[in-house]
Parts: sequence; C-alpha cells; structure tokens
Amino acid sequence: MWNAGSRTQGESPALLLSGVRKTFEDVVAVDGLDLEVTRAECFGLLGPNGAGKTTTIEICEGLTNPDEGTVELLGLDWRTGASELRQRIGVQLQETQFPEKLTVEEVLRLFRSFYRRGISLEESIQTAQQDEKRGARVGTLSGGQKQRLAMACALVGDPELLFLDEPTTGLDPQARRHLWDLVEGLKQAGRTIILTTHYMDEAERLCDRVAIMDHGRILALGTPQQLIASVGGEHIVEFGIEGQESGSSVADATLLTAIPGVQSHRMNAGLHQLSVRELHTAVPRIFVELTRHGLHLSEFRTHSATLEDVFVGLTGRNLRDE
Amino acid sequence: MNELDRSSLYQLTTTRFRLTLREPEAIFWVFIFPILLAVGLGIAFRNRPADVLQVGATTTQLTRALATDEGLTATTMDELTGTQALATGKILLLAVQRPDGVAYKYDDTNPDARTARLLADRAIQAAAGRRDPVHAENRQSHEPGARYIDFVVPGLLGMNLMGSAIWGMGFSIVEARQKKLLKRLVASPMRRWQYLASYLLSRLALLAIEVAAFLGFARLVFGVPFRGSMWQLGFLCVLASLAFSALGLLVSSRARTMEAASGLMNLVMLPMWILSGVFFSATRFPAGVQPLVRALPLTAAIDTLRGNMLQGTDLGQMIAPVGILLAWLAVPFVVALRIFRWR
Repeated sequence: MWNAGSRTQGESPALLLSGVRKTFEDVVAVDGLDLEVTRAECFGLLGPNGAGKTTTIEICEGLTNPDEGTVELLGLDWRTGASELRQRIGVQLQETQFPEKLTVEEVLRLFRSFYRRGISLEESIQTAQQDEKRGARVGTLSGGQKQRLAMACALVGDPELLFLDEPTTGLDPQARRHLWDLVEGLKQAGRTIILTTHYMDEAERLCDRVAIMDHGRILALGTPQQLIASVGGEHIVEFGIEGQESGSSVADATLLTAIPGVQSHRMNAGLHQLSVRELHTAVPRIFVELTRHGLHLSEFRTHSATLEDVFVGLTGRNLRDE
Repeated sequence: MNELDRSSLYQLTTTRFRLTLREPEAIFWVFIFPILLAVGLGIAFRNRPADVLQVGATTTQLTRALATDEGLTATTMDELTGTQALATGKILLLAVQRPDGVAYKYDDTNPDARTARLLADRAIQAAAGRRDPVHAENRQSHEPGARYIDFVVPGLLGMNLMGSAIWGMGFSIVEARQKKLLKRLVASPMRRWQYLASYLLSRLALLAIEVAAFLGFARLVFGVPFRGSMWQLGFLCVLASLAFSALGLLVSSRARTMEAASGLMNLVMLPMWILSGVFFSATRFPAGVQPLVRALPLTAAIDTLRGNMLQGTDLGQMIAPVGILLAWLAVPFVVALRIFRWR
C-alpha cells in the first residue's frame, strides 16, 4: 500500500534548516535553528507550549516565512519549488476544523482532487479507519475520529514527507494509542515523518530522533536513548524529607551527590531527585546516609528515566508547566 | 474515479454547493424570505377602489348636492354635532349653510380633508348651476406594470441578489478562516484561484434556482410583466450577482471573526438598502446626493432590472448602469485577490 520508501532514496536530506529565525512583534519564536532530518526518519520536536515548535513546523511547511535562514525540503526550497513541494508533502495542522456538514468521504474526495497522484479514496478511508463512518458528517465524529480524518487528508497525496503538529493533543488515551499505531505503520513503510508533541511518552515511543526545544532553541538533540543517558543514570530516585517541604540546603545536595552511584541531584517541586545507574546498590546507601543524618522520609519512589527528566534537567521546569 | 472526481475545481464547487444546501437558514433567506416579502407587500399595497370620503352638511339641500359626487358620502347634522364629528374624525368636512353662501370646516393639514374640500365645493357649485368651460373625462389606470407590486418586484430581486451574494460569500469564507480550514487548504496543492472561483460558480448555480423561483412566483401570483428580452434579464442577474460576490469577497478578504465580518457586511449593505430604491424611487433623494446614489451597485442593478422588466428597455440603452456594475465586479475582485488573508 505504501511505496514511499522505495521512492525516497534521493541524495538530499528530507529537511534541512539553517540559521532559521522568526520574530512575532517583540517575541522571538524561533531563534537561530539548525536542523537536518534524513529520509525515512521519524523526527520529533518536543517541548512545552510556546517553545516555538508550531512556528518551526509551519516554517517547514511553507506556511510561515522565516525572517532569516534557509529551509530546504527534499532538495527543494519554498521560493522556487512551492507547487512541486505541495504535491510531495502531507500536512496535518494543529487545529483544523473541517466543515461539519460534509461527510468523511466528501472531505477525503475533495482533498484527493488537489493531488496529481496519490492513494485511492478507498485506501484513504481505510487509513482513517472510518469504513463504517464514511457517510457520517464530520460534526458527528469523536475527537479521535476527526484527528484520523485529518491524518488521512495529509496522506491522500501519498506524501514523501509528512508533518504532524501535535497529532494527539486533546485525545483520550485510547484514541492516542490508536493514532500511534497509525504513525508506526507509516514509519514502517519508510515514510519521513516530522512531528511535534509535548508528550514525552509519545516522542519516546514514536521518534527515531528527538530535538528538545525551549524558547525557540534546540536544547538537546539525539535518539531518545542517548538523551536519557545524558541525564547520567537510567533511574530516578525521588523522595521528600519531613520538615523540608519548602526547600533544602546546599549541604543536602553535596551530601547526596557524595553517595557512590548517585550521578546528579536536583530539587523538583519540593522533592529531591537523584539520578542513579543501579537502583539495587544506590538505594540502600541512600537510606543509610539519610538515617545517619537523622532525616525522615515523607515519601519515596523510583522510576526509569524519561525524556521528561531530560527536559527538567535541562530547564529546571516540567514539560507541562504552563 | 472518473474525470470529474479528479477535477479540483469541480470538487470545490460541488462541496460549496452542498454546504449551502445543507444550511437550512440559508435556504430560508435566499428562497423563502423574498417570496414572503413580495406577498406581504402585495397585500399591503394591493389596488383598492378609491376611498369614499365621509362629509357632513347642515341642510338636506347641501347633503343632496354633496351626494352627487361618487367620492363623497354625506350626512345631514346640525352644526354642533357636526363640529364634534369633525373633532373625532368621523367626518372630514362639514358644510355649513350661511345666509350669504356656504362655509367649509375642515383641517387643511390633512390631505384627505383637502380633497374632500375640493370635491364638496365642486359638487355644491355644480348643483348651483356652474358649468365647466372645458369638457373633461376620467380614465383610471389599473394595468399590470403600473402598480406598486410591479415596481417593487425588481427592487426585491436586486436586494436578494445582493444579500445572497454578500452573505453567502462572506460568512463561509470567514468561517473557513476562523476554523483554520483556509490555512489547511493552502497547505495542500489546491490552486487558490480555484477556491475563489468555486464560490462564484456555486453562486451562479444557486442563482438560477433563486431567480426562477422568485420571478416565477411574481409572474404567477401577481402577474408582474416581463417586457424585456429574457436572456438580457438573465445576463443582468448574472452580472449583478457577480458584482455583489466580488464585493462580498472584498468584505471577507481580511476579517478574522464572524462579528467583524457581519459588521462590515451591514456597513456595506445598509446604505444601499436605504438609497438604492428598493421600495421607492431613488430619484426622491436630493440632487446633491444623486451622483452617489447612481454609483451604488444596487441602484444600477435595480435600475436595469426595472428597465428590462417594466419598460422592456434594451441593454444597449442602459450602458451607464451596466458599466457601473462591471466596474463593481472588476475593482473589488482585483483588490480582494491582492489583500486576501489565507490564514
């Protein structure tokens, strides 16, 4: 069904950004971005709301002109190759509302008519997994179904490069997993996908490489495993100490990082967070050390390090802090 | 998929057409409302026999003289009762017998009372033996083409062409912009001119139904005449509709919200509803504002429609208003294309 993979063995990268800057009035949305995405890669832009993800992806999609810098897609640029590019990319925007009184089939047929080549109407209906909803009006669809319709509209032209802007924002957990399956299917078919998200689990699950963005800049770039490893340990130990809800002293930090096996320490929302390589050796030592100083735990838990920890480590803030 | 399914212009046009037909309010305003308005005006301004005016007189002799006029109904009453009847509006005029002749009591600010004065005096003078030096006879005209309903039907047609084009264009474009659908469409390879052309094409398809329904009704129920060439009438409807669509496109080319668009549309249409002669002749406005009134597209549309339907005037004799409509088609369309906000 998908033959994008065999077609995309070109020389040029799927996406090449260099020195891209965009300012809205006095807000710098994108601040000197360099980025290269290779073909058949699933690339994620991860960051909190307002990090500049949507501006970046809209510059890539040719919807926003950058103030500075160059943008190249599939070896073409928007100034000279716009109509060619529009045929070869697929776009799903963050908040498109299709006319409520059109049916699923009518929307897909309309979008299909814009492309010189692409998949058949039947295939696109299957992609949207809306066989039983094909005659239903858009207004009657659930959030997840609308999002799959938006995805199907992005795919009707059988694009080599697919942009998904926050594809699962606002969906319930089941609808999210449904959409992830869809994206994974596209990945396996060798299509290049660039997506933005503020869900770290989504980026970890779907993306081959992730760029963590904040304030219009890329803070870190790599595979999810590389980024997590950069925290310094694969596990995070998180605990609170009685009488310390308001904060801790510098002495605590020196004390805790001195424990063998503890890679780093930081405070997050009144809790101590230690990154450790091996839980079974580090945790007993932490207990011993705390008891020795007469400190009592108010809570204690551990989890495997995630991209969220990478983000907190880089910015001192949580991804979902608004 | 067949060829038509693959044509994006065809898909855009049928999509637009479907969306309009699936909007019950739009159907009401475009098809039902003008017919209801025509019915209402037809009833209000139907041609009645001329009113008979109630008058009073203080002597039976005077009453008999007054009764000879078909336009008057006379009653005998004494002066006191008559004055009261006058004050309460039961009669319009009281003829009082005086030793030296007759005195008329009436309110000279009331046009009907002034008419009654003329009729009463004529009847009394004639009864007393006055002979008119010039022979005159009356020929009343109640023919189709000269009635108010004949005047107002082309006006309503013009108003309807304007409303459906501007509203039809404005609301759906601004809604598509507000819901980010325009942005999504320009992110696809859709050609932008085709999107705008699809509005014009679906408008023309609707126009055929709309005009046929309204004029068919006016013809069957009121017998409104069609004295000009039918194809020229069709051409005028198409031209007017396109000119108003271009104006609608201009009005909706920048607005981001429905509120802003709706305010702009009313701002554009309100002066025309008042000035362009939908319900009464635009020539009633002072000479100073006539150049402005003439330059409005609705005035030009209604003038040409009336010329065609009521006088059977040929297009060749209406070059000026047709030229005004063409200008209103070209200029707003070009400006709108230049300033259109696609996102």
